[in-house]
Amino acid sequence: MVIGLSHYLSVAAILFTLGILGIFLNRKNVIVILMSVELILLAVNLNFVAFSAHLNDLMGQIFALFVLTVAAAEAAIGLAILVVFFRNRGTIAVEDINMMKG
Amino acid sequence: MIQAFFFYLFAAITIASAVMVISARNPVHSVLFLILAFVNAAGLFMLAGAEFLALILIVVYVGAVAVLFLFVVMMLDVDFTELRQGFLQYLPVGMLVGVIFLAELIAVVGAWVIAPTVVGSTASPIPDMDQVSNIEAIGRLLYTRYVFFFQAAGMVLLVAMIGAIVLTLRHKANVKRQNIAVQVARTRVTSIEVRHVEPGKGL
Repeated sequence: MVIGLSHYLSVAAILFTLGILGIFLNRKNVIVILMSVELILLAVNLNFVAFSAHLNDLMGQIFALFVLTVAAAEAAIGLAILVVFFRNRGTIAVEDINMMKG
Repeated sequence: MIQAFFFYLFAAITIASAVMVISARNPVHSVLFLILAFVNAAGLFMLAGAEFLALILIVVYVGAVAVLFLFVVMMLDVDFTELRQGFLQYLPVGMLVGVIFLAELIAVVGAWVIAPTVVGSTASPIPDMDQVSNIEAIGRLLYTRYVFFFQAAGMVLLVAMIGAIVLTLRHKANVKRQNIAVQVARTRVTSIEVRHVEPGKGL
């Protein structure tokens, strides 16, 4: 049995859906929402790598590297904002984050 | 055969731990399952032939991002059971959105074909693995054609680092700090004073 492109795409699709589901289910917990975003980015990377292997094109891997960079930067900044917010307000519940009346 | 076995093993563990990430009661467990998901996704990358990216995934995610998450989860004194309330309330609508989304994705995966013009026009073909290793091929491409993108990625990381430090750094007013410039700038005149003390009397 040969593992083809569609196998990888199915795994990535399930992973992406789980990430979106995680955002919906943990509406109050910012940390788990950030982890769900990481899962989504992982699914995107998996797609890039699968297409790179299937089309024999190295550019997909280069692009996945850049996605990895942005994901790391996003996690660092997001967690820093979270720490500052917790210091000022003493909570990280999402529904309490309404100072800007958005 | 062995490739199929390992693919299904890695894929099953990745998806199972992703489920645990979003459903674990304790966020520390969520982070640990996130690490497990990333390690197994690295296995999937390895199977697809992206060796460098697989190892970078372990280094960056398990070594840096997941530990950062663990740090923040353990540092913040938050009542996480309170944050979990409403989990079951959001479950139906979340499941609905998830199922619709997954059905759409599967419909897309099942129906598309790659255009023949795309197959013929690869931007940068992967060289033969026997002659050029994966990391060398990525290096040859990344430092030549994509060098500006590489520097832009470095810029993103620099801005993220400075931003994280600026956001979280704070000076408490009542804590004494060492000021090296002031220490170095001390002279004899500014630091000591010679008084003439008469015998038998204090100052």
